[in-house]
Amino acid sequence: MSKLTGAQILIECWKKEGVEVVFGYPGAATVEIHHYLHESPIRFILCRHEQAAVHAADGYARSTGRPGVVLVTSGPGATNTVTGLAGANMDSVPVLVFSGQVARMLIGNDAFQEVDIVGMTRPATKHNYLVLSTGELASTVKEAFYVAVSGRPGSILVDLPKDVIGGEAEFSYPKKIQLRAYRPHLTPHPRQVMKAAGLLRSAKRPAVLAGGGVISSGATEELVRLAEALEIPVATTLMGLGGFPGTHRLCLGMPGMHGLYRANMALQNADLIVAVGARFDDRVTGALERFAKGAAIVHIDVDTTSIHKILAVDIPLVADARQALAALAAEIGAVPAFDRDSRLAWLERIDAWSRESPLAYSQHPEGPLLPQRVIEALYRQTSGKAVICTEVGQHQMWAAQYYPCDRPRQFISSGGLGVMGFGLPAAIGAQVARPGSTVVDVAGDGSILMNIQELATVAQESLPVKVAILNNGSLGMVSQWQDLFYGGRRAATVLGPSPDFVRLAEAFGIRGFCASTPHEADAIIKEALSHPGPAVMDFRVSGSELVFPMVPAGKALDEMLLAAPEAPEPSEAPEASPAPEEG
Amino acid sequence: MRRPARRPAPPRPILPYPDPFSPELPMTLNGRLAANGQSDRPRRHTLAIQVDNRPGVLARVTTLISGRGFNIDSLSVAETMEPEISLITLIITGSPRIISQIIKQLRKLINVIKVIDLSEMDYVERQLIMVRVRAEEEAARAEIMRLCEIFRAKVIDVSLKTFTLEITGGSDKIAAALALLAGFGIEEQVSTGLTAMTRSSQKQAPRLKAPEGA
Repeated sequence: MSKLTGAQILIECWKKEGVEVVFGYPGAATVEIHHYLHESPIRFILCRHEQAAVHAADGYARSTGRPGVVLVTSGPGATNTVTGLAGANMDSVPVLVFSGQVARMLIGNDAFQEVDIVGMTRPATKHNYLVLSTGELASTVKEAFYVAVSGRPGSILVDLPKDVIGGEAEFSYPKKIQLRAYRPHLTPHPRQVMKAAGLLRSAKRPAVLAGGGVISSGATEELVRLAEALEIPVATTLMGLGGFPGTHRLCLGMPGMHGLYRANMALQNADLIVAVGARFDDRVTGALERFAKGAAIVHIDVDTTSIHKILAVDIPLVADARQALAALAAEIGAVPAFDRDSRLAWLERIDAWSRESPLAYSQHPEGPLLPQRVIEALYRQTSGKAVICTEVGQHQMWAAQYYPCDRPRQFISSGGLGVMGFGLPAAIGAQVARPGSTVVDVAGDGSILMNIQELATVAQESLPVKVAILNNGSLGMVSQWQDLFYGGRRAATVLGPSPDFVRLAEAFGIRGFCASTPHEADAIIKEALSHPGPAVMDFRVSGSELVFPMVPAGKALDEMLLAAPEAPEPSEAPEASPAPEEG
Repeated sequence: MRRPARRPAPPRPILPYPDPFSPELPMTLNGRLAANGQSDRPRRHTLAIQVDNRPGVLARVTTLISGRGFNIDSLSVAETMEPEISLITLIITGSPRIISQIIKQLRKLINVIKVIDLSEMDYVERQLIMVRVRAEEEAARAEIMRLCEIFRAKVIDVSLKTFTLEITGGSDKIAAALALLAGFGIEEQVSTGLTAMTRSSQKQAPRLKAPEGA
């Protein structure tokens, strides 16, 4: 058997893993890999910053369920990936970064572009590797892919010294990997399933809290079946959006800090909460000691460390979400017996909460454009079918509230780490994965500038990504806290003057549009969507709009602010709306 | 309609408690906790951590602990009967909530094979300490030799003015010996980390034996 170089072995491994696209940025340490990658069938997307390359791979992984692969060089190339790795890991997305490294004999010598990236990314990844010989490269790559996608998925870094890439070895790819210390527990314990099913049958006010685990395990169908069989309403966390159809009659929407009134009230008043692939993040639970006090909790999670981490639960079910839900459905039966009268009363109570405080905003036809109105227009004009990527901030919450997603992997957002600058590169990844779909990056005027250079990638790859900037002239989410809790002092949150996004887009060779009224907004969305290439839409929206409902930090879920407090508003409002005035 | 099995739920503490993975957990978990009277007061825990004997694994374990702002009181690492496996014995002080979180996070590390909190069971621990004591007068020298006998310590180095002793034992014995020797004047003292093992009498004690056929 002839020998291959490390670079060739790496590419052969990727082929065996079914990798179709690699995102990244080249450098001296990886030039040899690129030399061979160029002639392989694997597509390489040249992003303009390594952080963006990781987010793009992340967006690719989230929209397909397949691992996202990144190739970067040593030193700064590697350090630039840290945010992306940490974000993907927190949101349980399988992303693998392959970083170049200086030759083995130079490691530890402060060589040019040398950095201990394995040490740096240890707490930011699920696992990482330093490959010390060409001979162990193939088995390491196999193990890396296995660890990335199995159990609770996560991010992986594989550090490749230059002489390991340049060395030679015989290539043989292991068929199976068995790790002594790592064996994800996927099948639910029958006794726990029985207990959970018992609670489900007897509960009068049950609710499901569906998280990102529903999406990563592909459990949507099982979840819908269970919810419909037992008439259980389902709340979906930010990471779980689309994991249960957003327009389903049993869907409560998103709970938490900016959750829907009915979703928060339902969780607080439930007598049983079945959390599926959700980890009780502080943004979801509000004040923990007052979270759902009357509820028994069933917690389904593949990650044992999630169980009892934040709060003690009554029935832990360590298993893959899909297998656990399927087992529960089987245990309960097709036509389960449950108290239909009490369920009807519960669903009516939830309806009453929906009517009591629905999501609402008041758009004056001639007044300043409201951001919520823009999201609704996007929803209408894309028939609710676009893949929505977001950055982080107010626009992210409005997108989550006003763009109900019916499909899993339709809503792509940085939840756990909350990475501004995530949306545009993630949209690149999503668009590469689904060339036929409409992919929209909902952005703010702050976030978009954090990875604006990716418009060059969009242009070079001719990706028809649509960027919708909700431009309110400020770092809206922080200024919202300032308005509500810091006496309206907008310290370090005023952005201005922002660049002219239309001309900026045009400088990248991309169509740019601008709107400042509802009518114009509708018109440019129509035009941008019908344009076959990429487009940037600059929506000049009101700078004084806040995201409601809001559970202030330290308050319980049912202590939501539903509107800004009356008193300080009038005097604050004029100065507090630095909406862009110039065209 | 039959009443639901368990209602209303008692107030839920925000903290975890011992072995939460057991499928045997009763439905009234929180009630049981209250009955156990477990407090959230910090306590010293001896963790035995069986890991893959590979570069970087110790760093993963210590990074995980230091990343949460906790100090490691004592640490010892050595190969086991099986050369591919190392044992880390780690002593750390923390509340049950913190310790249980650390144990779970440790178990999640890809290279960690097994974690046992020995403080939950009957175990023996040993530490080795070397101490140089001032010993100039005849009376002091005789007294120190007597103490050596009592504590089963060994004189491993001697000069006209000092004795250097080697003492092994559990942390109580070592503390007692040091307290007595302090009276003579301790010039220098070094110590290994503690290492520990479950007692054979411990019923169903998890052993740090290599898993069969793994």
